[in-house]
Formats: sequence, structure tokens, C-alpha cells
Amino acid sequence: MEDYKRIHIKGTAIPVRGNDIDTDRIIPARFLKCVVFDGLGEHAFEDDRIGLKQKGQDHPFDQARFQNATVLLVNKNFGCGSSREHAPQSLVRWNKGIKAIIGESFAEIFFGNCISLGVPCVTVEEGTIQKLMDLAETHPNVEFHLDVEKKKLFVEGEEIAVTLADGPQSQFLTGRWDSTAELLTDLEAVSKTAGNLPYFHHWK
Amino acid sequence: MGQSLYTKVFDRHTVRRLPSGQYQLFMGLQMIHEVTSPQAFAMLRERGMKVLYPERNFATVDHIIPTSSQARPLIDSMAEEMMQELEKNCAEFGIRLFAPSKGEQGIVHVVGPEQGLTQPGMTICCGDSHTSTHGAFGAIAFGIGTSQVRDVLATQTMSMGKSKVRKIEINGKLRPGVYAKDVILYIIQQLGVKGGVGYAYEYAGEVFERMTMEERMTVCNMSIEGGARCGYINPDQTTYEYIKGRPYAPKGEAWDKAVAYWESMKSDADAHYDDVVVYNAADIEPVVTWGITPGQSIAVNAKIPSLKNFDTDEQELVKEAFEYMDFKEGQPIKGTKIDVAFLGSCTNGRISDFEAVVNQIKGKGFKVAPHVRAIAVPGSQSVKAECIRRGYDVVLREAGFEFREAGCSMCLAMNPDKLKGREISASSSNRNFKGRQGSPTGRTLLMSPVMVAAAAFTGEVTDARELFEIAETPAGV
Ligand code: SF4
Repeated sequence: MEDYKRIHIKGTAIPVRGNDIDTDRIIPARFLKCVVFDGLGEHAFEDDRIGLKQKGQDHPFDQARFQNATVLLVNKNFGCGSSREHAPQSLVRWNKGIKAIIGESFAEIFFGNCISLGVPCVTVEEGTIQKLMDLAETHPNVEFHLDVEKKKLFVEGEEIAVTLADGPQSQFLTGRWDSTAELLTDLEAVSKTAGNLPYFHHWK
Repeated sequence: MGQSLYTKVFDRHTVRRLPSGQYQLFMGLQMIHEVTSPQAFAMLRERGMKVLYPERNFATVDHIIPTSSQARPLIDSMAEEMMQELEKNCAEFGIRLFAPSKGEQGIVHVVGPEQGLTQPGMTICCGDSHTSTHGAFGAIAFGIGTSQVRDVLATQTMSMGKSKVRKIEINGKLRPGVYAKDVILYIIQQLGVKGGVGYAYEYAGEVFERMTMEERMTVCNMSIEGGARCGYINPDQTTYEYIKGRPYAPKGEAWDKAVAYWESMKSDADAHYDDVVVYNAADIEPVVTWGITPGQSIAVNAKIPSLKNFDTDEQELVKEAFEYMDFKEGQPIKGTKIDVAFLGSCTNGRISDFEAVVNQIKGKGFKVAPHVRAIAVPGSQSVKAECIRRGYDVVLREAGFEFREAGCSMCLAMNPDKLKGREISASSSNRNFKGRQGSPTGRTLLMSPVMVAAAAFTGEVTDARELFEIAETPAGV
């Protein structure tokens, strides 16, 4: 499980401002007709990007200065909406791939889907995220270093505490976020639990 | 202190506590559809794994299927590709597919209950957020992502945290012209789209006890729109009567055993809840959404609230909604011109939904307004067949609705049914997110099927009670 450990994540950051950014905005539903996830990356935030272009503005995902970023900065309730994994899948496939997300809060299913892709979503206070977003905008080349073990973000010599529940944290540290491998380790217990359910044997 | 159904079902299905602190939970039933499963099957194949309990997994096709014609090859080549992929996967891994050619196809959340697969006291998952629908039967049912679909295929389990439980009690009598859809939209309006995060919702009280199974499904369907991953109603006689005799329902001696188990899983009278909220049925009016989340809604006769009525951290989203919808604070929602009327989806695409509409319009000569495109899309082939048997298709067509083949259709517009440009739709579906109905700038107003029909005829948002003369019954009657 060595390759699966997610302890130190380092990279430049890209801010996407706004609360309640839902999965349909992260990846519009028309791109869900794929039988594989390849190619989803380029369509991340597509409708928001088009919308802003029409107004003569550029979405962060279109701005040259953020094209190498791997750490995504967001506000509240990011990833609400659908259970579809296409949203995080499109983010991990965008350019260099988003490797960690820092925000004020995350939608539950989105958070879980990110765990199963090995992407930690950590939270910080509103004031902190504003500062981090401002920093990424003014200094897009600054390196963000997320230390999952210490639950700290190191940026420009500053040390910022981040929140991540112990359960998911240990999954990243041990590489156990690869859920199938973990669940397969005790199939006997599975068949025992199943066998105790009256409906499992069709009520016989 | 007693336990809630949620706790009982969760505990019965817990395999073990994982090192992550989460629980490994056994899934009694997984429903599969063409959009979120192909990648999961591909991952199994890559790893050389098989499906552990194929007989606990059932598939159908709904999201991408065209509703103009289901003839193969499907008119949309991408849809045809996904359909073939699902057929191949089901054949290879030994999973039963409810196929269009057999007349069994439909939206996953319509098909499961219809087949009698959805039963009380079970855990049910599907790679689709509206899996909460199945909670109507007293099951713990929730949407999952594709990696979890893979987990469940490979192990029939997934890892999960335990939610808190909030009891939502509504007592009294709903007023005429107020439907299950209005009840759930009202709940979401009161508690907010994030109010249910971390909770399972238990719907209780006279209103839910009186509801039919299909009405209960409408309510539970939208639990997720209120942030709750699952929502349920304790099973009762109504539940058992609905299940009895369906293809996968227990039969003979097994039936009695099943009912005994189901009864034992109900919430105890003294169950512990982490939170309780109580509402009064008489306060609920027909509801219409005005914004870009299902929580941004008002009673049909109310005015769009002003910005200052919202908490500061909500105001940004409200402004965004005003701008996107092109609505102003203080403006009435009634009278808003619509372009499209959509009857259908896993929220309101069942036989009773079409029945409610047909009962209001039959023999009254209503015609869809000339500028409105109105479509009626049954939730399953069997709903469609029943509509035809009862002659609803004729009534709807005569009134100017297109009557389509079964599928998700314009709920998320992954098939050719889409809004164009800035069009506004009156929709019986469950999501009014930006771009949800196929046009990146299209606008959606969520409401009950009867309200959709009223809007279709007048061409604008209308109080269906006035148009259809749905009278308030005098008190005591
Ligand atoms: S009808 Fe809509 S919400 Fe329901 S399963 Fe289909 S796409 Fe999802």
C-alpha cells in the first residue's frame, strides 16, 4: 500500500470562489455519458468558464497563471448535488490533476468520493480561506504544502492548522483509501453478517 | 431507551468497524444503471475480480435512454454505446437486467419498488443520489459514488459513517391541492439544503401515515435535496399491501416471516432522536421554487423574498439566483411565463402522479398554451402501460402533452429532451440547479405535477387550486 500513502502534498494553488458550487457546475451533466472517465478533465467547470468568457472574464481554470496548480481552494459546501463521482474524477484529471482541496466545508458524498480517489479535502476557517485565496491570486507561484500527518498547511513560512477527521486521515496515511482492498480483507465476516439477515436466504 | 429504525437497520448490517473509524456495512440490494456503473465494472475487470453476490444486484437503463423511441440501435450513438456496455457487463457478471425489450425498464427508483425488490429493514444503495426514494419502505437507502459501486459489486459492502437521526413530524391534514411534493419542498425550504447534512431523516406523523406508498416515495426521494443522505418512513400496513404480490415479494410462509422482521425493525415508541422538528400540515401551500437550489422556494401566492431576509452567508447565493433566474425580490412567482412543462422523473413519474393530473383535467377541455412545449414521461414501461390501460395517454395527448417512452428524460437532460437557451420549465422533477435541464442557461421551477399541468395550460405559473377549482373542504368534513 506504499504507493497509496498520501502524506505530503505540495503544489501551487488555484482558487475557485463561491459557496454551494454543485457537481453539475464542476462537471455539467452532458459530460456524464462517458463509459470511462478519461477526458473529463478538460471539461471541469465548463459552463461556468463559458459563462464568464461571454462576460469577457476568465474562470481560474482558464487563467494561464493557474495551469500548473494541484491544490484547489474553495468556500462552503463545495461539491453539493449529485453523488456522481464524475465531479472529483474531472478534477483529478484536469491538467496536472488536483491532489488536495482546501475549503470551508464540503458536501458529504463529494468528500467521500474524494477519499476513494486519494484526494484529501481539508477545512479551514472562512477568514483563513479568504487569505489563502488572495495569496494564490496575487502570488500564483507560491507553494502550498499540505502535511496530512500533522494536519498542517505550510505556506510562505506560515503554519496553518487544517481540519481533517481522524478516520479519513488514517486512510491517507496508511494508503487504505483504496476501499476495495480494505473491504476484501475479511470476507468471512461479510458472509456471517449476510447469513444473519433473514432476507438473505429468502426467509428460509 | 428504544432505537430508531435507522439504528436497528444499520447495526444489523454492520460487518465490523474499520480502522478508519467507519463501519463496513452489508448492502441488501444494489441497483445499477448505465451512467455510474461502467467505470466500476471496468475496475473489477482490471483487477480480475468477480461480483460477490450477483443475485443482490439489479440493473436497468434510465438516464440516457431516449424517450422518443427505444428502438435499437438507440438514436443517440453514445447512449447506444452505454446501453451495450451495461448489457455486456450484466451478462459477464451474472446480473439481472430489467431491459426495455422485456417491458421491465424504467428509472431505477421506480423499478426497484415496482418489482418488489425494495423492502423494509434493508440497506439499499445505487450510484445515484435519489436512492433515498427507497426509504419510503423503511429501508436505509442512499446514493453512492462509482468507487463505492465497485466496492459493493466486489464485496456487497461499503464503508460508511453513522448518521445522526432527525425526526420530522407533520401532523394535521393537508389542504386540498397540496401534494407530497409540496410537503417535501416545504421541509427543505424550512430546514435548508444543508440542514440535513450528517443526518438521516425519519418522516413521521399523521400526514405521512396517511400517504400512499407513491406519495411516500416522492417525499423520501428529495431527502438528499435537503442534505440528508437518506430519509425513511416506518413500514406499516400500507407498505405491506404495496409489496404483496409483486414479482420479488416474499410469498406464502415467507411472507409472514418477512412481516415479522419488518415489524421488528420499526422505530421504537421511545426511540432516541438527535433532533426533532414538528410542523403543521395546514401551514403547507402549493410550493414553487424561484431559485437555483430546491430550498429556494415559496408558496405559489407568495412573493420572492428580499435579500435582507437571508443570513449574510446565504446572500451571495440568493443574488446569484436572482441574476440567473432574472427574478427580482418582492416579485410574485405567480404569473411567471413558462416555455416548457415536464411531467415525470423518479420524484413524480409514477401512476398516481399521472392520475392526479388526469383527474383534474379530464373532460374539461384544457389545452396546453400555444407557446408551451409539454411532455409527459412515465417513470417506467409498466407505468406507461398502466397509463395506456387507463386511457391517460389519450387524455394527456388531447390536452396537448406529448406522451413519451419511459426514462429520466428532462430531469437531467442526458437524452435529447432539453431546454433551449434561457427557457423556463415548470417541472415535476427534483433539481433546479443551473443548467440541470440541458441548457447551460435554462431555468427550472420545481412544483407538483398538478401545478405543472396548470402552468402548461395557462402558460404561466398558476395556482392550480384556482384553475382546477380544487375547493377547500369545510372544516370538519
Ligand atoms: S429521474 Fe432524475 S433524479 Fe431521478 S434518477 Fe433520473 S436523473 Fe436522477
